[in-house]
Amino acid sequence: MSTIDGKVPAGPIKDKWTTYKDKVNLVNPANKRNIDIIVVGTGLAGGSAAATLAEQGYNVKAFCYQDSPRRAHSIAAQGGINAAKNYQGDGDSTYRLFYDTVKGGDYRSREANVHRLAEVSTNIIDQCVAQGVPFARDYGGLLDNRSFGGVLVSRTFYAKGQTGQQLLLGAYSAMNRQIARGKIQMFNRHEMLDLVIVDGKARGIIARNLVTGEIERHSAHAVVLGTGGYGNVFFLSTNAMGSNTTAAWKTHKRGAYFANPCYTQIHPTCIPRSGDYQSKLTLMSESLRNDGRIWVPGRKEDVEAIRSGKLKPTEIAEENRDYYLERRYPAFGNLVPRDVASRAAKERCDAGFGVNATGEAVYLDFAAAIVRYGKEQALLKGENNATDARIKELGKEIVKAKYGNLFDMYKQITADNPYQTPMMIYPAVHYTMGGLWVDYNLMTSVQGCYAIGEANFSDHGANRLGASALMQGLADGYFVLPYTIGDYLSNDIRTGKISTDTPEFAEAEENVKQRLESLVGNNGTKSVDYYHKKLGNIMWNKCGMSRNEQGLKEAIAEIAELRDDFYKNVSVPGGAYELNQELEKAGRVADFLELGELFAKDALDRNESCGGHFREESVEVGGPQDGEALRDDENYAYVSAWEYKGKPSDAVLHKEELTFNDIKLTQRSYK
Amino acid sequence: MNLTLKIWRQKSANDKGKMVDYKVAGISEHMSFLEMMDVLNEQLINSGEEPVSFDHDCREGICGSCSMFINGEAHGPVKGTTTCQLHMRSFNDGDTIYIEPFRAKAFPVIKDLVVNRSSFDRIQHSGGFISVNTSGNTQDANATPIPKHDADLAMDAAACIGCGACVATCKNSSAMLFVGAKVSQYALLPQGQVEAKERAQNMVAQMDAEGFGNCTNTGACEVECPKGISLSNIARMNREFLSGAIK
Repeated sequence: MSTIDGKVPAGPIKDKWTTYKDKVNLVNPANKRNIDIIVVGTGLAGGSAAATLAEQGYNVKAFCYQDSPRRAHSIAAQGGINAAKNYQGDGDSTYRLFYDTVKGGDYRSREANVHRLAEVSTNIIDQCVAQGVPFARDYGGLLDNRSFGGVLVSRTFYAKGQTGQQLLLGAYSAMNRQIARGKIQMFNRHEMLDLVIVDGKARGIIARNLVTGEIERHSAHAVVLGTGGYGNVFFLSTNAMGSNTTAAWKTHKRGAYFANPCYTQIHPTCIPRSGDYQSKLTLMSESLRNDGRIWVPGRKEDVEAIRSGKLKPTEIAEENRDYYLERRYPAFGNLVPRDVASRAAKERCDAGFGVNATGEAVYLDFAAAIVRYGKEQALLKGENNATDARIKELGKEIVKAKYGNLFDMYKQITADNPYQTPMMIYPAVHYTMGGLWVDYNLMTSVQGCYAIGEANFSDHGANRLGASALMQGLADGYFVLPYTIGDYLSNDIRTGKISTDTPEFAEAEENVKQRLESLVGNNGTKSVDYYHKKLGNIMWNKCGMSRNEQGLKEAIAEIAELRDDFYKNVSVPGGAYELNQELEKAGRVADFLELGELFAKDALDRNESCGGHFREESVEVGGPQDGEALRDDENYAYVSAWEYKGKPSDAVLHKEELTFNDIKLTQRSYK
Repeated sequence: MNLTLKIWRQKSANDKGKMVDYKVAGISEHMSFLEMMDVLNEQLINSGEEPVSFDHDCREGICGSCSMFINGEAHGPVKGTTTCQLHMRSFNDGDTIYIEPFRAKAFPVIKDLVVNRSSFDRIQHSGGFISVNTSGNTQDANATPIPKHDADLAMDAAACIGCGACVATCKNSSAMLFVGAKVSQYALLPQGQVEAKERAQNMVAQMDAEGFGNCTNTGACEVECPKGISLSNIARMNREFLSGAIK
């Protein structure tokens, strides 16, 4: 074990980034034309990075596995993007966004990175508006805000329930401008399958053309990964079906440390599972918690009656409902951070109060909001004697304007009408705070290889606040990486074109081909999904919302065993050099089968509860915080950075000690 | 429920392709259409056959990847819905379901139900952007108020997911709803005004070059659009195009 250095600049926290930018090495415009950069992934991080680097003059090669960069999974983000604009005059500031993010992350993020994120957050909104992103506006024509979990201000900008889509289309439009100029060469339907390192520096990738199956060599002076998170290790998650860890994992195997793999965000408001055939889970935006109240019946007999269909939720009297978040956390109520809300839902369901047939669902109820908005509207319209029915009608219009598309989506999936009956929700895997370890420059432990957005680990600690993923993706891509990568590339201006005709490229290509051929030639009997579902079960049951030593040890053994079985018995029809979706899946699941084990190993090492990582061995006993997660700052205030050594069980732990000079570490209380 | 599926199978772009019959049993009404396809593919893999290739990703109706023509309708029988959000409760036990790729000259089939929609990307390259660099030094986001009505209309146009249902549905394989939506989003915002004239000209020219047909106002695109993009966007594009043509 050794300690590693995050290369955080010296000086007061509020000056670090400004001073860094003032002193950083630049590449002159004529030299940028001679430098190539590969960007893998075209979500908010990769897309914004590709566009900005190309604007600056670098030659960018961008890769995505989808048929168009516009379809990257950032598109599914619903609720919004945070920025410390303080347009509402409600006390927001750069410091407060910084503080909220560090606290929300349960003091396991790198202070300097988070402060930089808060600083550039306001630029993001300016930039996006200039690009034509249609954010929601009020009647005065100014930008509207809403509030998200874990904060006391309204700093979230949004575009209906499609904020991720609109921000991504903004980045995509910026890419389009550069594709038209020839500054971005776009490779759709391509998947990165290995990183190529020459003389200790990342110099290219091996990619598979998913249409022809052809294996291609691509070289560059630097490689940027904006390849997202690994939530699909759980099989069921809110990620897209294709979201995967392969690019990040291959990079890890080539020497990049993997940081905090056990930090996973389980989002509290998703549509519950309905059967074994289920292929993915759908999120209902956290913004719904602005107006929805979460509850379960307070009496067991009501739970029974609801499950057997004898009672409707609307028939349960107010006094027999348990608004458990409002009860346990009066200060933040329904807007506690995601990890807290998820565990509270699990606690009620484990205690037998879950409201659907599986026992794994709680209510999210808009009845009170509908009446509250209805009364306000009646007053505004001068309808002083409005009936209850009229008030509800008026209230529903407002709720529809705010959350209409989410309500429609819920109705489409469940066939229930949430305007009339409360929604049923349950936590689901949503986001992974862990990822490739990066320093302050966003460079991984491989020289010249960068990781941005969800693919890295740096900004969200052990728990991410709502509407901060979009902020981080765009901050990294538009405003941080373009500075930091220039500093590195300023040493590369005399290097010249990188050849792909070298032993390093040949070795990596051979490696990829062998693996693909062995998968299609396996002649096994079980489908890829069979293994993926098995892995997901182990992960959810033993590495999910609540973890303990015994379960984690079992998970490590079971995943290793499952992986062996996979290589013996998986069946992948079709050939390696053609469009073959089963082969794509097989490669991704094979990597998840390794990552899952490292995940459990990391969770076992961290014998404390922090953010999304809850260890049953580490809880508060007695006092006002009884039963809440107990952090252990004395022993665990570090980033775990794992080095690959041949197999996940041999991975070596390196530590980056976290120091907090500007924020005092306290018990994270939302009571 | 038990179903008969008649599915377009085509090994590659150059293969002729044909409809093939399959049976699936034990389908739950709560399954999504794509989960039903997963059941079929699992069945095919277990019997050593090649599964049906189809595009899909987010499975929550926003990425625009999924693209099937189901019983003669883009994204199937339910209005305002992508295939991934279509549920089997919209079908009955014993039904025969026809599943084909989106068909248009500008969307060539790659394999089975997978088509190539990169023509949409190329239209966007020709003008689907506002020329502003990422400096971080643009004016403050609230410096130019935008009437809520305009901002809302721009958002409605921007909601297009680029799936191509409009093209697949149109008897002329026209992409005017898609292009109209993009032109409209920018035409409705002050930031888009500077390049408005060239944008409409360039995007329409590229649309024609890709081999999409013209609009004859039948309105089928609007009916089948999973995001409810309005025909008025086509009218707005025509206006932008015409006013751009007059120097």
